[in-house]
Amino acid sequence: MELFSNANDFLLWVRGDAFNIALSIFVIGVIIRVLEIVLLGRKKEYSEPRGSEWGPGLKNIVSRSVADSGTFKRAPFVIVVGYIWHICFFIVLLLFVPHIELIHAMLGIKWPGLASQFIDASTVVAIAAMLGMLWHRLTHPVLKFLSTYEDYLVWLVTFLPLLTGYIAFHRMIAPYPLALGLHILSVELLMIVFPFTKLMHAITLFIARWYTGATMGRKGIES
Amino acid sequence: MTSALDITKGINALKEQIDAPTAAFFSSCVHCGLCAEACLFYTETGDPRYTPIYKVEPLRRIWESEYTLFGKLKKILGLAKPVTDEMLAEWEPLIYDSCTLCGRCSMVCPVGNDISAMIRKVREGMVAADHAPEGLIGASTRAIKIGSPMGVRLKALKAQIGHIESDTGLTIPIDVEGADYLALLSSMEIINFPEYIESLAKIFKQADVSWTLSSEAFEATNSGIQIGCSDIARELVQRVVDGAEKLKVKYVISPECGHAYTAIRWDGPNLIGRAYSFKVVHILELLDELQQSGRLKTSGSLDKKLTFHDPCQLVRKGGVEAQPRRLLEQVASNFIEMNEHGNMNWCCGGGGGVSANERADELRIKVFNRKKTQLQEINVEVMVTACANCRLVLEEGLEENNMDIPVIGLSELISEHLVEDGEKNE
Amino acid sequence: MNKKTLFELLQQQGITRRGFLKYCTALTSLMALPPAMIPTVAKALESARRPSVIWLSFQECTGCTESLTRSHSPTVEGLIFDYISLDYHHTLQAASGAAAEHAREQAMKDNYGKYLVVVDGSIPLADPGYSTIAGISNLDMLNETVAGAAAVIAVGTCSAYGGLPHAAPNPTGAVSVSSLIKDKPVINVPGCPPIPTVITGVLAHYLTFGSIPELDELGRPKVFYGQSIHDRCYRRPFYDKGLFAETFDDEGAKKGWCLYRLGCKGPMTYNACATLKWNQQTSWPVESGHGCLGCSEPNFWDAGSFYQALSIPDGDYARAAGYAAAAGVAVGAAAGFVHQKTKSTAVAQHSEISVDDFSLNKD
Repeated sequence: MELFSNANDFLLWVRGDAFNIALSIFVIGVIIRVLEIVLLGRKKEYSEPRGSEWGPGLKNIVSRSVADSGTFKRAPFVIVVGYIWHICFFIVLLLFVPHIELIHAMLGIKWPGLASQFIDASTVVAIAAMLGMLWHRLTHPVLKFLSTYEDYLVWLVTFLPLLTGYIAFHRMIAPYPLALGLHILSVELLMIVFPFTKLMHAITLFIARWYTGATMGRKGIES
Repeated sequence: MTSALDITKGINALKEQIDAPTAAFFSSCVHCGLCAEACLFYTETGDPRYTPIYKVEPLRRIWESEYTLFGKLKKILGLAKPVTDEMLAEWEPLIYDSCTLCGRCSMVCPVGNDISAMIRKVREGMVAADHAPEGLIGASTRAIKIGSPMGVRLKALKAQIGHIESDTGLTIPIDVEGADYLALLSSMEIINFPEYIESLAKIFKQADVSWTLSSEAFEATNSGIQIGCSDIARELVQRVVDGAEKLKVKYVISPECGHAYTAIRWDGPNLIGRAYSFKVVHILELLDELQQSGRLKTSGSLDKKLTFHDPCQLVRKGGVEAQPRRLLEQVASNFIEMNEHGNMNWCCGGGGGVSANERADELRIKVFNRKKTQLQEINVEVMVTACANCRLVLEEGLEENNMDIPVIGLSELISEHLVEDGEKNE
Repeated sequence: MNKKTLFELLQQQGITRRGFLKYCTALTSLMALPPAMIPTVAKALESARRPSVIWLSFQECTGCTESLTRSHSPTVEGLIFDYISLDYHHTLQAASGAAAEHAREQAMKDNYGKYLVVVDGSIPLADPGYSTIAGISNLDMLNETVAGAAAVIAVGTCSAYGGLPHAAPNPTGAVSVSSLIKDKPVINVPGCPPIPTVITGVLAHYLTFGSIPELDELGRPKVFYGQSIHDRCYRRPFYDKGLFAETFDDEGAKKGWCLYRLGCKGPMTYNACATLKWNQQTSWPVESGHGCLGCSEPNFWDAGSFYQALSIPDGDYARAAGYAAAAGVAVGAAAGFVHQKTKSTAVAQHSEISVDDFSLNKD
């Protein structure tokens, strides 16, 4: 840590300038990416619609969260672990009180948090799920074949905040400002990488699901 | 003589195809691999190259390098993977031989990506880059030059009509101006399943439907859609539109064919850039409507254990799912669904031009295993479907697997159970 | 020089041997030494000679001295402090002017190499004129005095880390002792002010062992600064259960729930407040209902609002996000326009394909 005279300076930097830099990159990047998508637009549709677009589009945003039974039987690991990971991740992200404080400070909204042992357990499960997904990606013929450096980068920058968060919570690195600083820094890394990678799916999947739901809805297809 | 089609045109065509949904789809894919599990070409071969999202890699590369700032930067820095002629040559079998555009992947993708729509887009690029398969080029050429992908001419249709009229005493109207309905046919029906024409005549007679065929626009199929060339597809759609408008019909009936329906019903108006002056209905929609309104009456039913094979283009691309089931309820007493049916049905393996692409025959027979497994699970005696192409592919696959299950068209089944004139008077 | 030992001095003050041993026991445990060491500590203290201490006060508020001297009743800690030979402390000593400076010089001369220097307050580097004593700049006085010292004890956050004078924008260019003194041991005893027991504990350690205690990476004695406030806080169970006070007078505050949401810096603060407490172990900030300010940590004045939770960034993130959003919309719209142009160009360049164009149809 040549850049910082002590861990507190480091924490001060990650909570100050570094956060502003990461937030700016995140906001600029996400807005650019979303505008790049929606401004491409769609061709005018001349065919006579059988159903509406908006309702089925919105419905598809929700219904795509549930896998069909056949796919579930064929790929239970991806679906089960995928669910576990996302649920645990959102529990940790949205229900840990220090995180709620951050959201409250930034967006002005808040809700009740969970006791630490639930957050702790969720973190452990999320970490285990991520390790499981990595193993799956490295061994499953399709995933091994499809995966590019980006998939592993995205895995890493998602994994680090969980790991550092766990370390900071359990104060496994001393002093604490270093542990907390590393956690916040790893989140900043995630924020910076987010707009340039498939982490964008967290936002664009709503657009993707809507378009597909709308296209199908227009034709009267249950999506 | 050099080809007018080349990689530059191919790349340009891919650029033309990218729209907001495409960009949203590529932005959202996390390589979860679930689309592979939805594709019979993967499930029956275990080859990861058949993963649907992998098949659209050429389009993804163009999207990234042309339609994202970050990708443009990568391109400037020389970090982008280009789309080359060699690449498209390598992808050609993935795009044409191992995809039936069945759209099952588009139903399964958890982020909602319509992958099969993107494969359809890649085909535009493949055509423009001269990487379409021989079988589909032949079909398209015949469709444009002769009027039918199978080379069926009006003369052949008239001969079939003659046979039917003399066998049954029914009248098959041709070029009747002012008729309500213009019925289209697929070449396969004319050549292989003329009983469809006979069924139409019987049903429409009973239901008192004013209908006609057109000598100028009898072919419903659209090879342009299958090969993935809007220019060719447009010309073929235009023929139908011209024929229908010339006869001033109110409706055009798409026959028992999957892609013909999506081509004329959904793609057609967009291809010609305007709405039609007539409505398009699938024959099953019309039969259902006739039955609902009491104009179509059936009696008795087929007691054999049977199942319905949903043609992909009808159910997943066309939105016709409830109609065949309502119709079957009337004429089949022992109807059973396959485990995955309706909009999750498995493709026969021959759609999307695959059955017209001889190069893919071996693979197509192999992946028929999916349907074979589905059938073995329920052990039926008869299969009903509503697409001549599905029917032919199913028959071939069943024969190949020594499975003695007859495949019949739903319209035909209905026509076999029409209430006779005598009964009607009761 | 006073030749009396500490024990003799204590006896003189009316402290019994029993009281002395009790103090030694407490001190031993305070210094995290095994109980077997109690006799050693007692023996060392009994025979310890008064060390000479020179106390330098630079940019400070005298709070640290107040902390040490504001004992309402005489304590053993107080007596330890009394026991040292405080040869120079310009706030406390009677002498003034040249006489005071003479006392310092004399002490340095008499105890060269053996005396302790205690510093409270930071040293201004921007302009020596910000703080001088007898016309001598703080920097000069520090260098001159430390030259013959055995060790330096930086008492209070200002001398340990720069403290309040160092807070942004740091107009005086204030720095800590340890940033200037590299050739002598420097023991940081931060806190604003530090706990009196900790100051005397450090002195006792030096008296007992003749060496400085083990220090952490911030130069603090590990025995006193080894654990965070959060880890030893009696309100910690509420943190773990997710029970927090959200205002200073809500139900949670009345029930004594965790003060994290009210900005408590306990999780990142290393000090002994939670165990040693203040004012004869009466209470300490968190017990009184206010979050820890983190006063014994470097840059605690600059670490954002005292009333803002530790997880909240302290930069002007709303402004950053605002600018970023504006930039994102501008660049995104421009990019969208460029992409539309790319597409319309591709559409314009489209030449209609006919079946005759296939190379297969040309042979």
